Amino acid sequence: MSPEILYTAEVILNGLMAGVMYALVALGFVLIFKASGIFNYAQGVMALFAAMTLVGIQNGQVPFSHLINAVFGTQLHHFGWHLPAIVAILLTVVVMIIFAILVERLVLKHLVNQEPIILFMATIGLAYFMEGFGDLMWGSEIKVLDVGLPKGASLALEEYTVGWATEGSQYYGMYVDKLDMVAALVAIALVITLSLFSQYTKTGRALRAVADDHQAALSVGISLRKIWVITWCIAGVVAMVAGVMWGSKSGVQFSLSLIALKALPVLILGGFTSIPGAIIGGLIIGVGEKLFEYSIGPMIGGATENWFAYVLALFFLVFRPQGLFGDKIIERV
Amino acid sequence: MNIGSKMASNIQPGEELLRIENISLSFGGVKALTEVSFDIKRGEVRAIIGPNGAGKSSMLNVINGFYHPQVGEVWYCGQKRKGLKPFQIAHQGIARTFQNIALFKGMSTLDNIMTGRSTHMRANMLSQAIWRGAAEKEEIKNRRFVEEIIDFLEIQSIRKTPVGRLPYGLQKRVELGRALAAEPVLLLLDEPMAGMNVEEKEDMSRFILDVQSEFGTTIAIIEHDMGVVMDISDRLVVLDYGKKIGDGTPEEIRNNQAVIDAYLGVPHE
Amino acid sequence: MFYRQAGDFKTTYRDDIQTFPLKQDRWGYYIVLAIAFLVVPFFINDYWTSAVMLPFLIYAIAALGLNILTGYCGQVSLGTGGFLAVGAYGCYKIMTSFPDLNIFVVVLLSGLITAAVGMLFGIPSLRIKGFYLAVATLAAQFFLVWLFNKVPWFYNNSASGQISSPERSMFGYAITGPNADAPVRYLFCLTLLVMLAWVARNLTRGRLGRSWMAIRDMDIAAEIIGVNPLRSKLSAFAVSSFFIGVAGALFFSVYLGAVEVGEAFGINQSFLVLFMIIIGGLGSIFGSFVGAAFLVLVPVLLKNIMVNWLGWPTDIAVHIEFMVIGGLIIVFLIAEPHGLAQLWRLAKDKFLLWPFPH
Repeated sequence: MSPEILYTAEVILNGLMAGVMYALVALGFVLIFKASGIFNYAQGVMALFAAMTLVGIQNGQVPFSHLINAVFGTQLHHFGWHLPAIVAILLTVVVMIIFAILVERLVLKHLVNQEPIILFMATIGLAYFMEGFGDLMWGSEIKVLDVGLPKGASLALEEYTVGWATEGSQYYGMYVDKLDMVAALVAIALVITLSLFSQYTKTGRALRAVADDHQAALSVGISLRKIWVITWCIAGVVAMVAGVMWGSKSGVQFSLSLIALKALPVLILGGFTSIPGAIIGGLIIGVGEKLFEYSIGPMIGGATENWFAYVLALFFLVFRPQGLFGDKIIERV
Repeated sequence: MNIGSKMASNIQPGEELLRIENISLSFGGVKALTEVSFDIKRGEVRAIIGPNGAGKSSMLNVINGFYHPQVGEVWYCGQKRKGLKPFQIAHQGIARTFQNIALFKGMSTLDNIMTGRSTHMRANMLSQAIWRGAAEKEEIKNRRFVEEIIDFLEIQSIRKTPVGRLPYGLQKRVELGRALAAEPVLLLLDEPMAGMNVEEKEDMSRFILDVQSEFGTTIAIIEHDMGVVMDISDRLVVLDYGKKIGDGTPEEIRNNQAVIDAYLGVPHE
Repeated sequence: MFYRQAGDFKTTYRDDIQTFPLKQDRWGYYIVLAIAFLVVPFFINDYWTSAVMLPFLIYAIAALGLNILTGYCGQVSLGTGGFLAVGAYGCYKIMTSFPDLNIFVVVLLSGLITAAVGMLFGIPSLRIKGFYLAVATLAAQFFLVWLFNKVPWFYNNSASGQISSPERSMFGYAITGPNADAPVRYLFCLTLLVMLAWVARNLTRGRLGRSWMAIRDMDIAAEIIGVNPLRSKLSAFAVSSFFIGVAGALFFSVYLGAVEVGEAFGINQSFLVLFMIIIGGLGSIFGSFVGAAFLVLVPVLLKNIMVNWLGWPTDIAVHIEFMVIGGLIIVFLIAEPHGLAQLWRLAKDKFLLWPFPH
């Protein structure tokens, strides 16, 4: 095989891995949208917040230390402990659950029956609030997240593929980050768990019932508010997983919430209510933007990943507004 | 004079204004209308009746171009219609009201009715931006006409009230006003009396007959109250399961066996 | 007690549809205008101009623009930052290509260019609505910022990638550049704001404005009664983008003087302007002013309290500012979705009828 084909294959493979990451974030959107009809713009900031919390707890950072120091003139920074990753993860889950309950109590409860677009704007407000809150709590500097996931190039794969190229060509094997592979595995596990949960547990059935029809679910005695809290908890956990993966890869920083914005075009491709759609949409966007950057990017200045996903979604919307898997929309008067 | 009144200017009362020919409409696999044909004559009140789900509203949606039937033709003012958008059809003089009130909730009564008048306004954006001259003159001229409609429907006192705050019966009246503001040649009314009490129905019937006699407007109406329909309409079309099962004067329809069966619920063959 | 509708009779339709139907409102408006033009310029210093007045005037223009699109026509846009950038770079290119052109004309031309770009990105609105459209407008935001960052032609190949505004003057006074005086810059922006607010009011009270609101409230019904959805939506995009383009041109040339696209016109600008119209009032001209004033003043106030008074570090002030703004958005959407303008209107209604509300 010529190196060009192998390079392209590598780009596609890396695109798939990136796509998995997008799909992870998109999954959180889909969960909340199905259960409450809310397009949760804050999902990306939730991932950022979860990652920050995880780092903060793990390193024994004092929450709000900057504020406390500024107000009381103290010099607090660290508790002086370093927790094992698993404990920090569990504590972060607890924080995300508390967050879900607060969101339901303070925000959602008061916005029942509002138009979707009002709810959407409310979640933008929520995203803003959380961004400020997270920074205030843990500081805004870039943090290193390390929960013991393997990193760096997969040497085994490199050695295995180096022989594929034609004899005498300059090819050093395929480069795939181990972290990306782990992310893919985690994503697959997460999707399987979620599907099992929604198919075979009582809460899962209630979730699906609410997704189908709020009124009908209410009428058979399902508590909407409880379901909402549960969905936001699950979305919080999914956000944490996404945050851990992205954070391990490129550090915990604000741009993480912007990467998460890419989940929006993913949803447009895959549809807002379909979990498989979110995954396939994520893969298409991931591969698409990597291939575009690889083939056309150098000609027009690079960094096309900033916008490719949105423009693809835009064209897609014009020609197929209902998404890849949606039915044709029949309008009524 | 807009496009609509020009198109209809050589159609005399009693002559055919609109003809539906062999219309079939389906959504996916569901057939909403099957081979329906009928005509509407200028100046008459033509009722479309039938049980729930018979395809009456779909029929109106075909007439004003919101649905495009897979088979069949619509002839209007002697011309075959092809590929027109709903707003273009509105400009040809077809106005309507809706089964579930479709008013612009954030706007006042006056603005709602003025919006219905937009087929008569054509000042360009620049003159609207500076307001002086053509735009203002046009606004005032059309406001005068709209005030006549407000007087006619006796809704002067709610002129500046946001329509979202009005009670149901008044909203229906405002919606009629919005349709009338277009000075339509053909007015489509989709259950204008649904959910009204006897008194409100009497008011509405009076308005409809007044519109017909005062403005010479042709009216196609969907209504469930048989008493009212038989009283105010000149001719009726009866639909059932998307098919036409009867067509004629109230007297003929009353004696039509197929219609009686449909309403009394004789099982389908 | 003197604020009354009674006795202020309208005898012609022309009187009834004028800009300020109520006599007292009209006088209030004249007084505010007189103070803004004749008194304020003599009292403002550089700090007030650059910290409060110029941002307020410019954001008010942008908020008016976005309010036309989102508040009146119901099309949510998250691309405001990108359109501001089009205005700024359009302005820069025209200024440097035609040095003799009057700056006032340059600003208006930048608006027109942005209007064209806005219409282009408005095309998807014909097929999609709601947050689908919001996501599509993100494409405008990210693509445009990337474009101005990556294509050297837009910044005339300057080494820093920045654009900076050359000096231009009108009637012998420098409007842009380092020598422009605070009162002159203030008056220039104020004039444009007053003109554009007047245009916005005219457009929204006439046929076009009604067609926008009809599309917003019930698009299908609007089309069926004769509103051309293509023309209404695209005109809303065009007018809105024109306003935002003018704001972008002023932001660059009069206010900042030099900008780097990613910093000045990022997605946070899109949100900021959106927040202004939510807090001020969707579908209200007055609300655009109030919202812009509010969100320009809140950070200044917070910063003054926390940094200058309490002596906290600036980054904490910024974090708290984010929290306050985000929190305010949620509070407003819950408590008063029509914004501050609605509160003002309710207060006026109460006052009109006081002391006999029945």
